[in-house]
Amino acid sequence: MNLQYIKRIVASGFLMISTAAMFAATSVQAAVKIEQWQTSAGSAVYFVENHDLPILDLSVNFAAGSARDTLEKSGVASITRYLMTLGAAGMSDEAIANKFADVGAVLGGSFDADRAALSLRTLSSERERLQALNVFTQILQKPDFPDAVLAREKARIISGLQESATQPESISTKAFMSALYGTHPYSLDDSGEIDTVAAIKPDDLRAFYQQFYGAKGAVIAIIGDVTREQAQQIAESLSTGLPASSAPAPIAAVTAPGQAKEQRIAHPASQSHILLGYTGIKRNDPDLFPLYVGNYILGGGGFVSRLTEEVREKRGLVYSVYSYFMPMAEAGPFQIGLQTKKDQAEAALVLVRETLEKFLKNGVTEAELKAAKANIIGGFPMRIDSNKKILDYLSVIGFYKLPLNYLDGYNKNVESVTAAQIKDAFNRRLQTQNFVTVIVGDPNAQ
Amino acid sequence: MRTKCFLLLLLVMPVAVFANPLIKEYKLDNGLKLVVQEDHRAPVVVSQVWYRAGSLDEVNGKTGVAHVLEHMMFKGTKKVPAGQFSRLIAAAGGKENAFTSTDYTCYFQQLEKSHLPLSFKLEADRMENLQLSEEEFSKEIKVVMEERRWRTDDKPQSQVNEAFQGVVYRAHPYSRPVIGFMNDLENMTVADAREWYHNWYAPNNATLVVVGDVKADDVYQLAKQYFGKIKPKALPERKPQVEPVQLGERRVVVKAPAKLPYLLMGYHVPPVVNPESDWEPYALEVLAGVLSGNPAARLNQTLVRDTQLAIDVDAGYDLLARGRQSLFSLDGTPSEGKTVLELEQALIEQVEKIKKTGVSQQELDRVKAGVIAADVYQRDSMFYQGMQLGTIETIGFSWKMLEDYPNKLRAVTAEQVQAVAKKYLHQDNLTIATLDPQPIAPNAKPQGKPHVH
Repeated sequence: MNLQYIKRIVASGFLMISTAAMFAATSVQAAVKIEQWQTSAGSAVYFVENHDLPILDLSVNFAAGSARDTLEKSGVASITRYLMTLGAAGMSDEAIANKFADVGAVLGGSFDADRAALSLRTLSSERERLQALNVFTQILQKPDFPDAVLAREKARIISGLQESATQPESISTKAFMSALYGTHPYSLDDSGEIDTVAAIKPDDLRAFYQQFYGAKGAVIAIIGDVTREQAQQIAESLSTGLPASSAPAPIAAVTAPGQAKEQRIAHPASQSHILLGYTGIKRNDPDLFPLYVGNYILGGGGFVSRLTEEVREKRGLVYSVYSYFMPMAEAGPFQIGLQTKKDQAEAALVLVRETLEKFLKNGVTEAELKAAKANIIGGFPMRIDSNKKILDYLSVIGFYKLPLNYLDGYNKNVESVTAAQIKDAFNRRLQTQNFVTVIVGDPNAQ
Repeated sequence: MRTKCFLLLLLVMPVAVFANPLIKEYKLDNGLKLVVQEDHRAPVVVSQVWYRAGSLDEVNGKTGVAHVLEHMMFKGTKKVPAGQFSRLIAAAGGKENAFTSTDYTCYFQQLEKSHLPLSFKLEADRMENLQLSEEEFSKEIKVVMEERRWRTDDKPQSQVNEAFQGVVYRAHPYSRPVIGFMNDLENMTVADAREWYHNWYAPNNATLVVVGDVKADDVYQLAKQYFGKIKPKALPERKPQVEPVQLGERRVVVKAPAKLPYLLMGYHVPPVVNPESDWEPYALEVLAGVLSGNPAARLNQTLVRDTQLAIDVDAGYDLLARGRQSLFSLDGTPSEGKTVLELEQALIEQVEKIKKTGVSQQELDRVKAGVIAADVYQRDSMFYQGMQLGTIETIGFSWKMLEDYPNKLRAVTAEQVQAVAKKYLHQDNLTIATLDPQPIAPNAKPQGKPHVH
């Protein structure tokens, strides 16, 4: 079958995914029983025993995201994580891939500004599990960072960066993050820059690995068809051979923009890609609940949000318009995004700004608030209906040091959000007079 | 009314024994098919309505109408006005969306299990009572045009795909884009959408798939309650559409703003036509796995890692197609300083190598191990399992094909893989599309830094 065309893309992607597991409904609080302990080397383990399927999923998470990069060596963090999978304990990239493939295991991972993770999905049967875990452990503990592989992958990454620099979506994201965060490391591109990537040497990766992939501070999430004893052995052996470095220092605090910035970038595309926003919130921010619930109403709730209603449903100006807060270790972005054909871009931008201003001025209605809570709380069972989703949830809880009983409190917090709190939090946090706006495919440029 | 019950047999797998899914199939008097898979791991349910109507069924001048109708399905009935469908599902904590392909249009909801009746009530209502107003259409068609700009017009590789489809198929409707040509969208009217709805939206042209923490027989009762009264329709005749045999290599070039070139090659090959007896599709599936099933498979290992001729390569094949046409595709991006022609020659060399010396037992075993594992992994996603059931049923086969799939693949021999390569992957059966990247602006800097105002 050919490509599929979907009614709408999921607008609230980032926030929904990254806070996926935090919204509990009373009926399912007992559905996920998390066991938590420390390995002898100092890694935190979060384990859910589940024998419904003969699968084992695990991920190992490090505070080794792109926020650990410097401007001069931008790209080291992501390439370190990637190169770990392409040569370890004398095994070539080919040998590693074949050993996983021979037992049907799937190596995965994720990478963002805060966190670098490696993950493994394998059948839980002994032969498959042991072989997959053995290779996975070598990758974590004995990465080789071979010279030739680095040279090859750098060339590929640079080509990718050159391509990204021609595509409106990536141009706008890069310009937005750079304007919003200035010299803070959250401004850095996950993949680095063409010239900084070109300059990376194997020793840069080795040094980064030694500093940021230590056992202390690592978070190991495990779910699936193993016993607590087996999980303990697995976590112990994953953790023991990691570097003995101390847990990484906190990331520097973010400074909110002190003045408005607007960037218009010419591009021959038929649509303008518009991003606007401001610095948002931390994971442990006291405004998180009012902002999350409020944003559902503004632009996070897909089809039922105000932005979608005004810009898409009433006027047909866009296919997708959304807003989100991405809570991070330090203040992550608040962003509104849309794409529309160039000759209506100015009108769409005015409409988005009006919708936001009205939201800030008048707040939300009781009916909107009730509907938002109903969806967020009522949608909880779907957020933990697979091992994959629960694994993500364990990783977030562990990485951001949320308490094990966080769900209960979180649920109550969502329920207790008031319209007044939403209005207050949005007005305090979003200084629209200092917003960053990026328009790629400037309608006024030729 | 017929009620059938099938229990999936235990698959012969070298893994621990675990509960296999219970799948039951029913048919309502009005022709609506129902397939239920019980999965009691979480208190949730996925409900999907699959219509056997996709771009495959469109005609020239009205391309994209299947997808436009999909958008219009959220625009209200007498009982549930525009926008309310989504609000009602959201209020129940649910997620919903829809998608259109060449072969089908599917609508789905994911809900806590007690809300399944809401899903059925709303879907049954819009199966027969959709109000297609001029006003809503005039707004939504603009949304779809924005979607086309976003998905295709401004994405160089999508442009290549569209041009490729148009050349690889000359007579078959797979030549036309699912999203529709912009001209057709610009000239589409609400009457076109109505015609589509009245032609194809009927219980006897749909399959209802439910996966989740439910009892199959209860779901059947519920389906009868909500969908049972909807009248079946006489469906338009579907003429067989067969692509004439290709008589020589075809080429097409696309110019678009980009930095990297791109190469897409495809050979006409058969999809599954007779699930009982076909073996070629399974051999083609294994061939795709041997070429690009994992990062150390032939294409990536040879062309990206060893010779570094490419920065990306892939092989693909889809064995399910309602249009009974499929392609075996090879695609990739050459490395800096290499050309699409060099990459094309290297890919053909890899194909010739298999035709000449075949594949190793180890490669075969590796692909099969992946298939066996994937068969287990997919059970972690109710949505994905529903997708599989719905796709197979809509294409016109029984979901029982799923149960045979691992064994069919396991039965593929090295000789069969070589045989399908020899039979289908030859030059006269090949179509090649390339992207010729154009600078984004005359004054763009060499490293592609955007021109900032």
